Amino acid sequence: MDNKNMSIIERIKDSDIYFSFIKSPTAIISSIILLIIFFSSFFVELVAPFNPFDPSSLSLMDAFTPPSWSQDGVSKFILGTDGQGRDMLSTILYGSRISLIVGFSAILFSLILGVALGLTAGYFGGKYEMIVMRITDVQLTVPSILMALLVDGIARGLISKELHDEMAIYVLIFAIGISEWPQFARVSRAATLVEKNKDYVSASTIIGVSNILIMFKHILPNILRPILVIGTIGLALAIIAESTLSFLGVGVPPTTPSLGTLIRIGNDFLFSGEWWITFFPAIFLVVLAFSINLLGDWMRDTLNPKLN
Amino acid sequence: MVMLVVAFVSFSLFTFVGDPVHNMVGEETSDVEREEIRETLGLNDPIPVQFMRFVGNASKGNFGISYQLRRPVSELITERLPATLELVFVSALIALITGTLLGVYTGINRKSFLSDLILAISLLGVSLPTFVIGILFIYLFAVILGVLPSFGRGEVIELGFWTTGLLTISGLKAIILPSVTLSLFQMTYIIRLVRAEMMEILQMDYIKFARARGINERTIHYKHALKNGLIPVITIAGINIGTLVAFSIITETVFQWPGMGFLFIQAVKFVDIPIMSAYLVFIAFVFVMINFIVDILYYFIDPRIRVKSGAANG
Repeated sequence: MDNKNMSIIERIKDSDIYFSFIKSPTAIISSIILLIIFFSSFFVELVAPFNPFDPSSLSLMDAFTPPSWSQDGVSKFILGTDGQGRDMLSTILYGSRISLIVGFSAILFSLILGVALGLTAGYFGGKYEMIVMRITDVQLTVPSILMALLVDGIARGLISKELHDEMAIYVLIFAIGISEWPQFARVSRAATLVEKNKDYVSASTIIGVSNILIMFKHILPNILRPILVIGTIGLALAIIAESTLSFLGVGVPPTTPSLGTLIRIGNDFLFSGEWWITFFPAIFLVVLAFSINLLGDWMRDTLNPKLN
Repeated sequence: MVMLVVAFVSFSLFTFVGDPVHNMVGEETSDVEREEIRETLGLNDPIPVQFMRFVGNASKGNFGISYQLRRPVSELITERLPATLELVFVSALIALITGTLLGVYTGINRKSFLSDLILAISLLGVSLPTFVIGILFIYLFAVILGVLPSFGRGEVIELGFWTTGLLTISGLKAIILPSVTLSLFQMTYIIRLVRAEMMEILQMDYIKFARARGINERTIHYKHALKNGLIPVITIAGINIGTLVAFSIITETVFQWPGMGFLFIQAVKFVDIPIMSAYLVFIAFVFVMINFIVDILYYFIDPRIRVKSGAANG
């Protein structure tokens, strides 16, 4: 078949990836769940029944309403309310938007940093490669959560208290991003080492294409598959890292709660029996991370790069 | 070498992040007084001199005084250290023993329903953040069933400088939830690793040969196969003990376990640099020690390494 005359949709339908996708119920179910979560988080204003950050809509009388199906529940608040009378469902959706934004930005940051370093290290080799790889080795032995905590602690020292709450999200993105990049650097270096000895690279070198163009225009598209797989699994890790940091109280401030902050707030009410305040954000987080992991597993099997 | 690099990093933390004098004195201190404090603390000395002093003090276990708690950091750390090490030790044991057993089981009985179940749960375990597991455990065992305590260490016994909770009933009860929580994540790794190793080794010729000799399956699995599969497991388990120490930060916060992680989190929140840098040096020390111990363990498990180093010496 002539590939050029087919529309994009036809080409997708014709591909192996599409075939394996429709044959895998896990992949379909997890991507449907993810689509729903992404959609309702990014268009949260349209989806959420309430705006939990609009003080005029809150009433302390509504505080600690249990979920609607339990005895004292109100049908208005499907998943109940928290200590300030905020509707849990809306708060979770707003929180998941923050978690997703931080997760995506952090992983994008570490992807760009890691791929740039790994690609150039693999391409140029020599001392430069040695130094870059040594740094990744050292950093891989430091657990990423510790790394992120340290970065966050240093940032707190450097930035004044007033500024810190505003900057918290950027600090968080940077902290998580900087702790995840070695994975990308390693994989992209390994893939570059394979690619750079292929004929098309020699050909471009001979006709005088510049190094930068070869690296980013010719090699990069060929090593994207393993990077995408790592990126997907990394996204789950980044979201978990974000919520962990927020849970520990060093992440995003409580004024704009993410899923982790919500779980932490709810944790205080656990002993007095208000389980739903912490339970629903936690379940939401687990479903989100689990779906991304399942999708990542499927991608690894399908794209089948040799990951170590 | 590694220790020196880490010492340098934690020293720079000390020196360049924030002004220590600013953290110690109140707003109304005059500039002259501030200068005096700087001089007595030696903050006006050249950087290399300060660094040498830092390394010297650190090797004697002196990391200065906590900004927030106004007590020597070394004292705080020796107070908290036993709690964290006990927690990490117990959960490493749980992860290693349960992980190996389940891994061997799933590696041998590949088709059974129980194996599929174990693997599915382990995938879920990877997606469950540690703190969520902790909260679920607290809710289930402490709030609903009320059988296990949800915070603290219980009663502790002092043995010289070491306080242990492992010798009292309440201490043992208190360590169950945090250590299981901490071990779950590692366990899933070990299960998968042991399973993959077992599946690979059981295909080998010497296993077939052992079967042909009529050795019973049990001996083959545990004596011949598992022993060879253990080398990578020990490497990974060794590396992961460092991860356990780091993850104990989360577990300790959830269970209010009075260990070093809890101390560290407080330090991050209040920008308590001496504690942060001491913790960093401590973690580096743990990593170096573990690498050392893992190398020695190889020697005992794998006779080939013994022969090789013997030949090199002789």
